[in-house]
Amino acid sequence: MNKYYNGEIEKSPRITRLVDALFAKMPQIEADRAVLLTESYMQTEKEPIITRRAKSFEHILKFIPIVIREDELIVGSATIAPRSCQVFPEYSYAWLEQEFETVATRSADPFEISEEAKETLHKVYCYWNGKTTSELASSYMAPEAKQAIDHNIFTPGNYFYNGIGHVTVNYAKILAVGYEGIIGEAQEALAKLQVSDMDYNKRSRFLEAVILSCKAVINYSQRYAMLALEEAKKSNDPVRKAELAKIAQNCARVPRYGATSFYEACQSFWFVQMLLQVESSGHSISPGRFDQYMYPYYEADLKAGKITREFAQELIDCIWVKLNDLNKVRDAASAEGFAGYSLFQNLIVGGQNAEGMDATNDLSFLCIEASMHVMLPQPSLSVRIWNGTPHELFIKAAKLTRTGIGLPAYYNDEVVIPSLQNRGLSLADARDYNIIGCVEPQKSGKTDGWHDAAFFNMCRPLELVFSNGMDQGVQVGAKTGEVENMTSFEELFEAYQKQMNYLIGLMVNSINAIDVAHAERCPLPFQSSMVEDCIGRGKSMQEGGAVYNFTGPQGFGIANMTDSLYAIKKLVFEEKKLTLGEFKKALEMNYGKGVDTVLAEKITKEVVRSLVTAGRKVTEKEITEIYKIALESGVSEADHKKYDELLEAINELPKYGNDVAEVDLFAREVAYTYTKPLENFRNPRGGQYQAGLYPVSANVPLGAQTGATPDGRLANRPVADGVSPTSGKDTMGPTAAANSVAKLDHYIASNGTLFNQKFHPSALSGVKGLENFVALIRSFFDQKGSHMQFNVVSRDTLLEAQKNPEKYKTLVVRVAGYSALFTSLSRSLQEDIIARTEQH
Amino acid sequence: MEMDKKAVTGRIFDIQRFSIHDGPGIRTIIFLKGCRLRCKWCCNPESQQQEIQTMKVQGKDKIIGRDVTVEEMMEEIKKDYGYYRRSGGGVTLSGGEALLQPDFAVELLKACQDYGINTAIETAGFTSFDIIQRYLPYIDTFLMDIKHMDSKKHEQFTSQPNELILENARKIAEAGTNLIIRVPVVPTFNHTKEEIMEIARFAKSLPGVKELHLLPYHRLGQDKYEGLGRKYELAEVVPPDNDYMQQLLEAASQSGLQCQIGG
Repeated sequence: MNKYYNGEIEKSPRITRLVDALFAKMPQIEADRAVLLTESYMQTEKEPIITRRAKSFEHILKFIPIVIREDELIVGSATIAPRSCQVFPEYSYAWLEQEFETVATRSADPFEISEEAKETLHKVYCYWNGKTTSELASSYMAPEAKQAIDHNIFTPGNYFYNGIGHVTVNYAKILAVGYEGIIGEAQEALAKLQVSDMDYNKRSRFLEAVILSCKAVINYSQRYAMLALEEAKKSNDPVRKAELAKIAQNCARVPRYGATSFYEACQSFWFVQMLLQVESSGHSISPGRFDQYMYPYYEADLKAGKITREFAQELIDCIWVKLNDLNKVRDAASAEGFAGYSLFQNLIVGGQNAEGMDATNDLSFLCIEASMHVMLPQPSLSVRIWNGTPHELFIKAAKLTRTGIGLPAYYNDEVVIPSLQNRGLSLADARDYNIIGCVEPQKSGKTDGWHDAAFFNMCRPLELVFSNGMDQGVQVGAKTGEVENMTSFEELFEAYQKQMNYLIGLMVNSINAIDVAHAERCPLPFQSSMVEDCIGRGKSMQEGGAVYNFTGPQGFGIANMTDSLYAIKKLVFEEKKLTLGEFKKALEMNYGKGVDTVLAEKITKEVVRSLVTAGRKVTEKEITEIYKIALESGVSEADHKKYDELLEAINELPKYGNDVAEVDLFAREVAYTYTKPLENFRNPRGGQYQAGLYPVSANVPLGAQTGATPDGRLANRPVADGVSPTSGKDTMGPTAAANSVAKLDHYIASNGTLFNQKFHPSALSGVKGLENFVALIRSFFDQKGSHMQFNVVSRDTLLEAQKNPEKYKTLVVRVAGYSALFTSLSRSLQEDIIARTEQH
Repeated sequence: MEMDKKAVTGRIFDIQRFSIHDGPGIRTIIFLKGCRLRCKWCCNPESQQQEIQTMKVQGKDKIIGRDVTVEEMMEEIKKDYGYYRRSGGGVTLSGGEALLQPDFAVELLKACQDYGINTAIETAGFTSFDIIQRYLPYIDTFLMDIKHMDSKKHEQFTSQPNELILENARKIAEAGTNLIIRVPVVPTFNHTKEEIMEIARFAKSLPGVKELHLLPYHRLGQDKYEGLGRKYELAEVVPPDNDYMQQLLEAASQSGLQCQIGG
């Protein structure tokens, strides 16, 4: 039986000061990295790309300004101003230049940018024209794939515009042997090569690049050691002086050599974590199983009496603050989708070790405690749950959930491990998984998972079934025949599968184009040095150096498609309430619920197209007329009534998320239309495609580009998130929703599934509340659900729910002896509950 | 024979899954229709009448009440079996008054126990003890209201005197049942420390009773009175605040019972 400390540890006042300082000012965009990168690139044009990458990394780390912030115990900042960001023109740059004037004032994730930085970046950008990964990817892509992207069927935008990230490197190795150890390994590999080997030239250049990158990092940490010494000299405060001297000592030793104490291990970890994000702009660089690889250092120090639990907690808290110090500027549209300055640095505690034993230790608890101390979004804390997870850990995690910050997320070992084995991971590797970014499992230090390769909107192919593949007058999808002529549900479902298969193929084309572009233009020697078997194979991760290679694009909209196809089956083919043609018309007219300019434009194009097809010439004036009629919506009173009746009929059908077996098993089939075909594709790194079923927050912006769907969803409304039921349609409570979600095949969606639930804090109040909450997750996991996360809604949310009741339809309020849907209550009663919530 | 019993029907008006305040663990509550009491604060006024009726809910007519078989109920109950097992939860019969349909309720409770599902009942205890006795072997937790010790005041607010209820409480306790006493704390009715302490002392005098739950009055049923075209008599009553409930909790605890606020 493991023993661990699971009590509370008081928060050091230092942490409050560090957090306050972090949020004192608005984040800045700093130009130093871009300038240094460009200087180096200009001098290395004749050299191989891998060498150029290493040399530019070295140049950046040699000259980028460094800073030690007040009160810090763990040092190393990518920017001078807190919570600020560098930019990465080698991936893309044009959007930022276009947004120079608005980036500081936009609503989502604003950044300040100085006039000087604008000017500097403008000069730098001149160099990058035609040299970026995005430009190369674009030129590789098939025209029909590009067209599908333009029509918002799917978006591979994340890796198109940015670095890949989405990796967990072998932190344990750096903590143990330092970069000197890696250099030694690379030198050894180099010594084994013969100049006459067929791949000598490329291999040797890669290994040299690894060595150069590691040396650059060593020098960088020495710069910090020097800076700490200087500041120690200047400091008049004897306590701070001693702290700085210790920092100097740490930086002189790590990450150059292996760590000899927990404090050194913390500092070493941080340099790795931070510098990965200086080499590339990819997000979701995930620390993974921090409680595991840090534990030996903690345990040794604790045993030797070299550290107190309180100081260990303070160091972990400091790292948590630093994880929020890193930042990233995204283009305005992406910022809406990723709002909250998030870097998705997923850190996971608990679960099994490679031998299948429970791995919970003191640090698992200290990590959860740290999130309670800092109350910030980073790290994205996760907990691995299996049948042997100690109850104390689960309860500690539930206490964090109760704070309402949406952390941690819970993962089910009993699903994730076999699902990874099914993708070819060894049992030991699968057991040692961690989570990347949002919900994506991988084996650390061995995997290039491309976990966030694209988002695929599963609603759009159904739209294309209704239009025979046409979208705004263009043949975007497959030709599946006129929907009016389909005589059975099976025929329609086949058409949907056909559209899916065709569009998934196009998505794969676009992703593979981006993959190749990254291998050619942005291989990453530093990151590759910490991922097996890059050194052994003598090539970067981007060229297929990792042991496990995957590509994981996400499908979303399962709930909408389930309810839609079910509605068609019932209303059209079983009850014969309307024809497919009539349904098509209702969707085009957005069920008579108003037509906005986008939709009016779409209708106009359709009308014009059919007129032209019929051989009629259409004048500009006529087009304007048609548009005007469309905008004013030519829906008659009789049609309005018809559409309302249709919506009512749809509304009365059972929906996914209510534990109705017939509908839920339908959802399973719908999910397969995405997950199964995807398994057949391969990526340029030699790996397999695997599906995820989660949206980040793309279900909102991509929903805004989706017409009305047969489940009664109006045009431009958000699409359901992840595998969760459509918001407001799961009316039977959390157990029913969880039972529905558990009926999907979570094993095959091995890139992760995401299930959101909302709770009122009263549901988690007291010991009993925590116990029931834990039991709820246990039962969902018993049924082989994969992931669960919770929004425990606060008083503020209740106020918000009053303002926008349509968004909070299933918010269940639980008060002694009685439960009710919050929004169904009268205003005065809502006030009553809000008042009561405050008392809890 | 067994099939016949499962075909017994009862009249319910609601099923609530993931209920966590009426008995241990995660529970499914079956609300039976019909009650002989008319408590002025009742948050489920649509439960009182035995007959099926309509109520306006957000402007639309809703049918309240339906007849179901034990078998149908078991199908619904079994859906959350895994949650009961993990949480130590089960099924709670509530109402209305769960004691008024003994043929149905007892068969349902038996069926639950046969399936290994924990059972509870939430009741006012206003019926003959002969009927209650039929239930006792099949109930793991008996949640019973004692609303007031003064029979007149009891009658004034609930339409019935309390003698039968108090007598039943004692008999249920003497039968060795796991009995928990619950008190709806309703300002203007029973909210003084003295009134609560009197109930607590009575509860303490019942053999084997260890727990007392104080359930603060709330107004969640108010809309339903409008929906039924009835007047809500307690419109002016303000729910007790948390501080006051704490004071009552302390007072009740003096009885030596384990007391808590809420279920």
